[in-house]
Amino acid sequence: FSQYPHLLPLMRNPSADISGPSPLFEDTSTGSPPGGHRGQDKGPVNYPGQSLLSDPMSNLAMAYGSSLATQGKEMMDKNLDRFIPISKLKYYFAVDTLYVGKKLGLLVFPYMHQNWEVSYQQDTPVAPRFDINAPDLYIPVMGFITYVLVAGLALGTQNRFTPEILGMQASSALVWLIIEVLATLLSLYLVTVNTDLTTIDLVAFSGYKYVGMIMGVLSGLLFGRTGYYLSLLWCCLSIFVFMIRTLRLKILSEAAAEGVLVRGAKNQLRMYLTMAIAAAQPVFMYWLTFHLVR
Amino acid sequence: MAFTLYALIQTAILLTNAVAVLHEERFLSKIGWGADQGIGGFGDEPGIKAQLLNLIRSVRTVMRVPLIAVNSVCIVLLLLFG
Repeated sequence: FSQYPHLLPLMRNPSADISGPSPLFEDTSTGSPPGGHRGQDKGPVNYPGQSLLSDPMSNLAMAYGSSLATQGKEMMDKNLDRFIPISKLKYYFAVDTLYVGKKLGLLVFPYMHQNWEVSYQQDTPVAPRFDINAPDLYIPVMGFITYVLVAGLALGTQNRFTPEILGMQASSALVWLIIEVLATLLSLYLVTVNTDLTTIDLVAFSGYKYVGMIMGVLSGLLFGRTGYYLSLLWCCLSIFVFMIRTLRLKILSEAAAEGVLVRGAKNQLRMYLTMAIAAAQPVFMYWLTFHLVR
Repeated sequence: MAFTLYALIQTAILLTNAVAVLHEERFLSKIGWGADQGIGGFGDEPGIKAQLLNLIRSVRTVMRVPLIAVNSVCIVLLLLFG
């Protein structure tokens, strides 16, 4: 085995294992295949793990397989990074519990918050962990999954549950999310807004409404239709105000964002666009939940 | 409304096909949406109409060849699986 020097450390351990307990089978490291087969009769029955590791051929195969797997993983990572920017995605998941708690509170009660600007650090936005105004993807992803589960729960209490509808609810909500993000992208392109909103930012903002939807459905389960309508109304209003205050800084020009009334068709159009995006949220919230609460 | 991802893909293909089928000189020029009629000056940023015309023209230019492939795949799949 001088041609496989890198495999020697691997093979040293299994041989140490064999010499410990009783040598139920012969050392097959130098034996020919027929002798090896005979000697390994009792091996697989009593010590299956050891026989697998002691056979140098399978050792070799394992080592080769693991090196192939590493190579394949590297290649896939490199290619995947071209389509889905994984490093950029990691920024959106850099959250901690305090941020999530404060952000959830902000989504439900955005009326007291004063400073809505996203802080920057040498041209790159600060991670969500340090800035409550930064968009993140953790809450939308968790909200989406929770929404699907709560929808299943709600349908289960009405005896309308089958396992297929979980998938249907998930794909339905996902499709509406994609449609909403595409429509927002299209309208942002048509109005020629010079903004630094990326697609992932839009996905994050569109995903914040799942929090309100979950609260609506849960209170509908606990308190009936009145509870559902009341909490949905509250959450719709909060999301509306939240979206307007957040998008105002990103879409409108500097002067208009300060609150000064800037006339001009351009700013008016942008204001209409902001209000349309914010108004679409309550519509979707109602549309995706009203069939869950009877 | 129960949407599936497949419905979304179907809608996207149909919409892109619809945009690609608009004929330049028989239709778009007649209603004033031709490729040479939308671009104003280089001063202010273009308005909505100019952006829309730009979008239509670029979709038609870019998506011609991929649409041929996608439509062929769709035809084969629909023939096989109904």
